[in-house]
Amino acid sequence: MTDTAAPAIELKGISKAFGPVQANKDISIRVMPGTIHGIIGENGAGKSTLMSILYGFYKADAGEVWIHGKKTEIPDSQAAIAAGIGMVFQHFKLVQNFTVLENVILGAEDGPMLRPSLARARGVLKRLSEEYELSVDPDQLIENLSVGHQQRVEILKALYRQADILILDEPTGVLTPAEADHLFRILDNLRAEGKTIILITHKLREIMEITDTVSVMRRGEMTATVKTAETSPEQLAELMVGRKVLLRVDKAPAQPGASVLEIENLRHVDHHGVERLKGISLEVKAGEIVGIAGVAGNGQSELLEVLGGYADGTGTIRVNGAEIDLTGKHSDGQSRRARGIAHVPEDRQTEGLIMAYAAWENTVFGYHRDPHYQSGPLMNNALIKAEAQDKMTRYDVRPPNPNLAARNFSGGNQQKIVLAREIERDPDILLIGQPTRGVDIGAIEFIHQEIVRLRDKGKAILLVSVELDEILSLSDRIAVMFDGQIMGERLPAETDQTELGLLMAGVTERPDKPLIEAVDAQLDAKEAREAEQHG
Amino acid sequence: MDFATLLQVLDSTVRLATPLLLACLAGLFSERSGIFDIGLEGKMLAAAFASAAVAAMTGSVWVGLLAGIVASLFMSGIHGLASITFRGNQLISGVAINFLASGLTVLIAQDWFGQGGRTPSLMGGGRFEPITLPFAEALRGVPVLGPVYAELISGHSILVYVAFLMVPLSWFILYRTRFGLRLRAVGEAPEAVDTAGVSVIGLRFAAVAICGLLCGLAGAYLATGLQAGFVREMTAGRGYIALAALIFAKWRPWYALSACLLFGLLQAVALRYQNIDLGGITIPVQVMDALPYILTVVILAGFVGKAIPPRAGGEPYVKER
Repeated sequence: MTDTAAPAIELKGISKAFGPVQANKDISIRVMPGTIHGIIGENGAGKSTLMSILYGFYKADAGEVWIHGKKTEIPDSQAAIAAGIGMVFQHFKLVQNFTVLENVILGAEDGPMLRPSLARARGVLKRLSEEYELSVDPDQLIENLSVGHQQRVEILKALYRQADILILDEPTGVLTPAEADHLFRILDNLRAEGKTIILITHKLREIMEITDTVSVMRRGEMTATVKTAETSPEQLAELMVGRKVLLRVDKAPAQPGASVLEIENLRHVDHHGVERLKGISLEVKAGEIVGIAGVAGNGQSELLEVLGGYADGTGTIRVNGAEIDLTGKHSDGQSRRARGIAHVPEDRQTEGLIMAYAAWENTVFGYHRDPHYQSGPLMNNALIKAEAQDKMTRYDVRPPNPNLAARNFSGGNQQKIVLAREIERDPDILLIGQPTRGVDIGAIEFIHQEIVRLRDKGKAILLVSVELDEILSLSDRIAVMFDGQIMGERLPAETDQTELGLLMAGVTERPDKPLIEAVDAQLDAKEAREAEQHG
Repeated sequence: MDFATLLQVLDSTVRLATPLLLACLAGLFSERSGIFDIGLEGKMLAAAFASAAVAAMTGSVWVGLLAGIVASLFMSGIHGLASITFRGNQLISGVAINFLASGLTVLIAQDWFGQGGRTPSLMGGGRFEPITLPFAEALRGVPVLGPVYAELISGHSILVYVAFLMVPLSWFILYRTRFGLRLRAVGEAPEAVDTAGVSVIGLRFAAVAICGLLCGLAGAYLATGLQAGFVREMTAGRGYIALAALIFAKWRPWYALSACLLFGLLQAVALRYQNIDLGGITIPVQVMDALPYILTVVILAGFVGKAIPPRAGGEPYVKER
């Protein structure tokens, strides 16, 4: 790489507005060929908009795109593909009931008949797989593949279209640490072959690990472009948020008390007849945060649902020594809350809030039958509103306007509304799922502090997160789930990402074979089992 | 039941299955592209009227057929405009088309012909005549196979053969061509098609147009092949039965053939055995006429198993970030 070579991509003064919202303001950036260029920024900073413009999804209001030193118009995705740009979206754009091969050739067929295209693609795929460690069975249906493999298909799609510039949007959000490592090896190989890669992420660790150069975006503007080797996570976080941010969670050692939540041999079968919880036993003490680590879809959601009272289960759950009803009409969210179990669900938009309702209404759901909020046969709306106003101010919800519908708040502020509702009821137990998914760094700091504060008040907290960093920094004890079972418990001080990553893939002992093979073997076995169960 | 009766029932099964099959394949193309079409009925009805009216006026069934296809395509255009371009609700648009066709056909028929909402009976060149396949008469003497060939396979109008040929053709288009791959993809994951640089809107309009073409054939066959002229509501729910057959067939061409033959058989049996005497109890004709419809409900409720419709079906495509 020399500075005299033409940049693979050069954006000059790109601006884009959606109505009154200026998503991109006069953005200029140069990405040199054969490098991995990170773009980092909070949600809503305009990263995705910028990349969508580059991929022809949106038309910029102003500005120019230069590819390999030539001014290029990109009115649609076809033009982007023709210019050698490939994109791996955060939500994969795959046809679930097509084979890998069919997905790869879709839109890039050689002629009106499929057979020759499929035959050629099979050969190309074989070559690409070997070249870049991108192995995937070409005849398998997408719906039978793990997310890691699905992502490989997306990369293969781009390479099949002869992309030499690859954009990846939040590629590791759904991957296990081992899968993420594998992805980074693939990206390394691609870089070595001279491909240019743009990596969009909000994870500082990934930026530091793999990129050559990093650009930071904030509120639609490009605030800095620096060489990765010459920066630090702290500096990047500050550039992203615009103020100093505490990246570590500041907490004293836990002082666990009596056992508050005891779970024994908990099982749950979903409506497809698949057993999602296969005998979970777990204990959470007062003044303790127990973190459940695991790749999404291994039963963590179901565990929260059964505990929260909106899925049936069998087994025993005791709260402060008293058993609770797991099925029947006394098993629902309200009765659980009455027993002191507060729940911040994983998906705040469908389970935590009613998006069309005002913030003040959302601050009492689940507790709305409390006599405190009643005034005769009616709801005491004035009181609820006043309390909502107070809660929103204390939890730093912006804007602190209780009359605004929930959907008008950003992800972080929505999460704060849910947290305020659940924590303010002073529960004995807090179930909290993906507390910071889609939440800005600044708000993450606040939410983590609140969780620790609640623990220090002697509450029992069960934390489920797919973010291993979050689990490691918040938990006092870590349980790892895989395939509906707890693979083991570890203390954060005595474990590391690698060990947890192996447990998350169902590997309980450090294997002799190379790590990635062991993990792949476990995941393949799980896929096969699931394919069988779905018939 | 003797062999001759069996042949007659099967022969009429083929005739009655033909409009169902054409409409079912029409729905298949549309729904595979993600556009649910409850308006098959209306399109067939419009085509039946247009073909009968034009055939009556010109005396040429071919011009009539063309008019039927144009009428059906026009209805398809409305559905496409409403549900693809303007992202409207596909069910509502389909229902609107059914109402539109139901009212408009009778109104225009009354205005043009003054025969109480029918068209004049078609004669001679105004109808599709049965085609006698080669050697049908010569082979009639061969036991079993001879009569099957002469009665069952030979002696239908051209549209019957077209309908049955459409089955392998549809299969080929869907599973062996680039267009078919894209069409199936757009009904499952339009965003995948869009990011691959292929027009979602273009594909869906193409599918809706094919749907219009096939409904046009179905309607024209009803008025100029199966019967001799248009009468009000002559589709008699065939569009809905075709939809039921489509679900029964799990949106696959060969299964669609079996499903339509089954529904055709039910109709043929009902036509043939109007009053069944079960030793004292006579099953009234109304029950027999209702039988295909009752069985449709029973089959759909109980025997289909898990039918997974195209995943993006019914949803207008909106580009997402």
